[in-house]
Amino acid sequence: MDDVTETDLQAYVDGQLPEARRADVEAYLAARPEETSRLAAYRTQRDALRELHADVLAEPPPARLVHAAEGIRGAMRARLARWGLAAGWIVLGLAVGATAGWQLHAWNSPVARAAPGIARQAAVAHATYTPEVRHPVEVGADQEAHLVAWLSKRLGGSVRAPRLAGFPLVGGRLLPGESGPVAQFMYQNESGRRLTLYVRNEPGSGAETAFRYAREGKIGVFYWIDRSFGYALSGELEREELYAVASQVYRQLNP
Amino acid sequence: MHAAEFVALIPRLRRYARALVGDRASADDLVQDTLERAWARFHLWQRGTDLRAWLFTVMHNVNANRARALRVHSEFDEDAPEAQFRPAENGLLELRDLERALADLPVEQREVLLLVALEDMSYTEAAATLGIPIGTVMSRLSRGRERLRVLMHGPQAAVRLKRVK
Repeated sequence: MDDVTETDLQAYVDGQLPEARRADVEAYLAARPEETSRLAAYRTQRDALRELHADVLAEPPPARLVHAAEGIRGAMRARLARWGLAAGWIVLGLAVGATAGWQLHAWNSPVARAAPGIARQAAVAHATYTPEVRHPVEVGADQEAHLVAWLSKRLGGSVRAPRLAGFPLVGGRLLPGESGPVAQFMYQNESGRRLTLYVRNEPGSGAETAFRYAREGKIGVFYWIDRSFGYALSGELEREELYAVASQVYRQLNP
Repeated sequence: MHAAEFVALIPRLRRYARALVGDRASADDLVQDTLERAWARFHLWQRGTDLRAWLFTVMHNVNANRARALRVHSEFDEDAPEAQFRPAENGLLELRDLERALADLPVEQREVLLLVALEDMSYTEAAATLGIPIGTVMSRLSRGRERLRVLMHGPQAAVRLKRVK
């Protein structure tokens, strides 16, 4: 009984005591009312700590935290970091004696244009091909194996067409992109609504980013980078619905 | 996708941060910095491990860096005698008193106490989250609880703690 330690007593308070120790601890406490009241005080403390800011749990979180959780500010920061990098190059440019005005112009423009990137291009491709009635895709879903093999070969990596609940695959096509070929898969539900998944190479990224959301007119786009590919899912859906579909895509590509 | 899990964890992170740093605005700033840092270092998270525990680790690091930046590094010596308590006016367990007493704990003890008592972490999880040995978790927890009790009930309540081991 004397081998009951403070660790045992703390574990008793927290419900983390191994069952085999329980009898020893209870016997120890039975003979020591002071210790019993000390542990009772710790239990009261534990309950009070949970009560203390319980209201915070029920509050809807502030928008800035939701944005941070969704990685939106992170995206903006990454963009700022790229600007910072560009600024560094400008300083370097000045140091080697180029004219400041020209450098500023030359370095800023591509950075500024690159920002919306994949989301914008995916939305444009979506708007271009989804209204097509006769030729929405180059290769139909009836030749899916051929389609996937062809797009994988052209993109230089294993491309897959995920299955989307309620939106069967229509087919896909190859598109020209800024830095090489791009795959577009098209899906359509019973009421004729179409979604497109835009897949392109993201050379050298290797990283995974958060889901990000952009809107181009009526078209919503969720886009992200996973390993060496950039993905953008576009559709005229509510943000939440589109998010649910994007999550399906992500899960299937990361089994 | 993990964005949804991050969003779902916001209330827990906010409550913990509130208890850790005290005021609402600093707590939300801490949560925001934590989420941003978590995304920036997301590649360091190991798939299949507990995302919640990882976020608490990130928060611990962000808060520690902040304290360092503000030059309010706690010089608390774990083995120093516990003296100069400010007894509560009465022995009642008032939440306001608890909040004040909690703020008087060294941050190291506060973190352990909150992870265990508020977040229900096992001692092993708390040790992993804070990157400290489990023995240190136990001694901080034990000292933190006793110190809080004395702050709430006055020094006459103090007892000599058993050794952790």
